[in-house]
Amino acid sequence: MSRLLQALFGRLPIGWLQLTHNRTRFAAALAGVAFANVLVFVQLGIMNSMGAATLRPYDFFQADIMISAGDANSLSDGGNVARQWLLQAMADPDVVDGMGLFMANVPWDRGEKDISLSTFGVDPVKPGFIGVQIADDLPLLQVQDAAILDRLARGLAKDEAAAIRPQTPLAFEAQSRTLVAYATFAGGGGFGGDGYMLVSDQTFLSLFPARSSAAPDHILLTLGRGADVDTVVARLRSLISDPSLRIRSYADAAQDDLKYQQTRRPTGIIFGFGVLIGVLVGLVIVYQVLSTDVADHLREYATFKAMGYGPRFFLSVVFEEALVLGVMGFIPGLIVGTAILTLMGKITTLPLAMSFSMAVSVFIGTVVFSAISGAIATRRLAAADPADLF
Amino acid sequence: MEHENILEAKGLNHWFGTGDVKKQALFDVNLTLKRGSFTVLMGPSGSGKTTVLTLIGCLRSVQDGSVCLLDRELNGASEAELVALRRRLGFIFQAHNLHESLTATQNVIMGLQVHRGVSDADAQRAATHALGLVGLSDRVGYLPGNLSGGQKQRVAVARALVGNPALLLADEPTAALDKESAAEVVDLLKRMGAARGMTTLLVTHDNRILDRADRILTLEDGRIVTMEDRG
Repeated sequence: MSRLLQALFGRLPIGWLQLTHNRTRFAAALAGVAFANVLVFVQLGIMNSMGAATLRPYDFFQADIMISAGDANSLSDGGNVARQWLLQAMADPDVVDGMGLFMANVPWDRGEKDISLSTFGVDPVKPGFIGVQIADDLPLLQVQDAAILDRLARGLAKDEAAAIRPQTPLAFEAQSRTLVAYATFAGGGGFGGDGYMLVSDQTFLSLFPARSSAAPDHILLTLGRGADVDTVVARLRSLISDPSLRIRSYADAAQDDLKYQQTRRPTGIIFGFGVLIGVLVGLVIVYQVLSTDVADHLREYATFKAMGYGPRFFLSVVFEEALVLGVMGFIPGLIVGTAILTLMGKITTLPLAMSFSMAVSVFIGTVVFSAISGAIATRRLAAADPADLF
Repeated sequence: MEHENILEAKGLNHWFGTGDVKKQALFDVNLTLKRGSFTVLMGPSGSGKTTVLTLIGCLRSVQDGSVCLLDRELNGASEAELVALRRRLGFIFQAHNLHESLTATQNVIMGLQVHRGVSDADAQRAATHALGLVGLSDRVGYLPGNLSGGQKQRVAVARALVGNPALLLADEPTAALDKESAAEVVDLLKRMGAARGMTTLLVTHDNRILDRADRILTLEDGRIVTMEDRG
């Protein structure tokens, strides 16, 4: 390490020698940096998992265009869309097929603990709209009250979920009806519900008698080969006379949802602030360590000043220290952060995990912010007046 | 052009504070240092010795009068010029001021590294050599915390000398040392100065040093009151 820094800075690695001179203090400083890293990792992990959880249900379906109510910010949000617009959209030459998508939460009384399943009602004869991981099981939903259940749902035992097959279905009660799960898929708990469930539109309407087949929550459309999604979206906007409807490409709808969750919903804003606070705490910790270190060595620095070392030398010493703290504090921070995220993911069934991009961005952030702290800390150097040495 | 005098100070006045508390510390100080000479500046505390030293050492800006150091005028010189000039000086302080995290060798290397373009191997060799000259060959890898007071001051001497300064400024280098170590350090300075043609200005009120001086200046209340040439 010492050699590496010597080669890097082209001088004695004073910062390194200074930091490591007092082992206990060095360890404490590293722990501080690691702690700030863990804080950022956890907040970032939660924020990312919220993003992943938001986008998750969009994977269950396949479509090119989605029509939703004007106030529908997510799949589970907003009013209905009249079925007539589906028929209207079908008039467009590029629109090949369309399907109404129903969505509501179904509480499942599990005895000691209720779980809430985000339930989608789909047309069981249109596998083209269903994600590949579910499409094969779709025909099972043609039976009334059949369901495909999320095997990762919170509160559902692993072995219980694994046992669900068409030959050994799981029957359960919800909304005063007996539903029968014939198959499972990998959904995963989100922030809105404990898991997901797919049923046919007919079953959905029996679960929710107040809903009407004429008013699904969203309309999904698929386009013919080679059709340009944006052009068709523009055409549909002029074709459909209700200006309050949101007509978007399916991908845009998912991204709009993500943006909405991150910037408009309190959870997203809170986690965003969590990241910010983690960064600030890290900044303060590194600043504290570096400025204490500068203050402790004012006499030595004043001596170096007297000997003819200029401000760039001192800046490079403090940068060196910032680099050492940033790099060496990052490693334990990464290990502990990964462990905590993995543990939290296990407990909550949220998609919480360390990702490469997260590690890289936090690493770069740590080094950059350490350097900024260092630059601020060198301001105390002004107090090192070599004339006071005599 | 190489002057015979490495330093010429003329009509040097200096004040501390501003407004009502402004107090004059130096009055019309005139001083020359001949190349290779060993000059001792004496005087009671508060007489302005340190002020003279910091002005000559480019650590304070000259307010009034002229200081010509190594053929450069210090009055009105920029901070960058002062920093550049400082690199050609050697400083020894009352306290050793060694960096506690650096070994003896590393401390000495710091005295050399201020000059750019010195390779690591050369710096290492020069530092080991300088430590050998001050009799610390067997202590090169020691941290200051494991050296005695005299040894630390000798490391500081090696650090000041390793860059071959034209002028060595020493402020009470023997104050913190016992009689034996003090004599050792002063002899060392005298010997090294003679060997390298280095000029030395040493501030002290330690009488034990006087017999080694070429010239003794006495400062009282900011004025030079006596100047005694020897040898």
